[in-house]
Amino acid sequence: MAYLTDRKRAVGMGSAKTGTEHHWRMMVSSVALLGLIPLFLFTFGHIVGAGHADVVAYYSQPFPAIIAGLTFLVGALHFKSGVQVLIEDYVHGFARKALIIFTICLSYAAAATGVFAIVRIAL
Amino acid sequence: MADAKRAAGPTSRPLSPHLTIYRPQLTAITSILVRITGNALIVAALLIIWWFVAAASGPAAFARADYVITSWVGKLVMLGSILALWYHLLGGIRHLIWDSGRMLDVKTSEQFGIFMLAGSVVLTLLTVLIL
Repeated sequence: MAYLTDRKRAVGMGSAKTGTEHHWRMMVSSVALLGLIPLFLFTFGHIVGAGHADVVAYYSQPFPAIIAGLTFLVGALHFKSGVQVLIEDYVHGFARKALIIFTICLSYAAAATGVFAIVRIAL
Repeated sequence: MADAKRAAGPTSRPLSPHLTIYRPQLTAITSILVRITGNALIVAALLIIWWFVAAASGPAAFARADYVITSWVGKLVMLGSILALWYHLLGGIRHLIWDSGRMLDVKTSEQFGIFMLAGSVVLTLLTVLIL
């Protein structure tokens, strides 16, 4: 045993072989959201409740539009990975697979819809 | 979680005591709240995306979405989501600190848990005051 490096002993021992990548993505998206979420909260919170023309004018500006677009995109990817762990913890068998696929589809749909709306308002 | 059927199966492993027999602990409660808040935020997220799509569609659609989001039910959902958002964000900071190998002892984790509970309420009040 002493002749094996720690890495050599660990290689191939993971359960699904992709857990590290999943965890790393959660770390990256959570760090990104630490910046994005407060910015989105205060830009969106600033304009919500205003009339249609004001909202369109506000989100035609680059800064609020880019913040909103990035928040939808990164938030949806963070949600996708987070909910996947939730499902893997509590749901088993076929339902697990079905729910994970549904969550992934919902996440991409939400991101695409949100970004499309922002682009349509801004351009 | 191991169930009875699996315990009786060919790979009969010792079962850990079931979660419900434990006295609720601060670390467990603050941990599950991170999960609950994170997943519950999908409601506000979908509402907000709907609001943006409506704004992109035109004044009539926008009026409908805006009516829902600024109604008292909508405002209640938004208020709860702001609290959930701040709590989940603070919980995420705790995870990032843990991932760096710091503050892993129970006492510090519990202190950070109290900070998350109190901090999310304070940040929510500040957010409501500012907005």
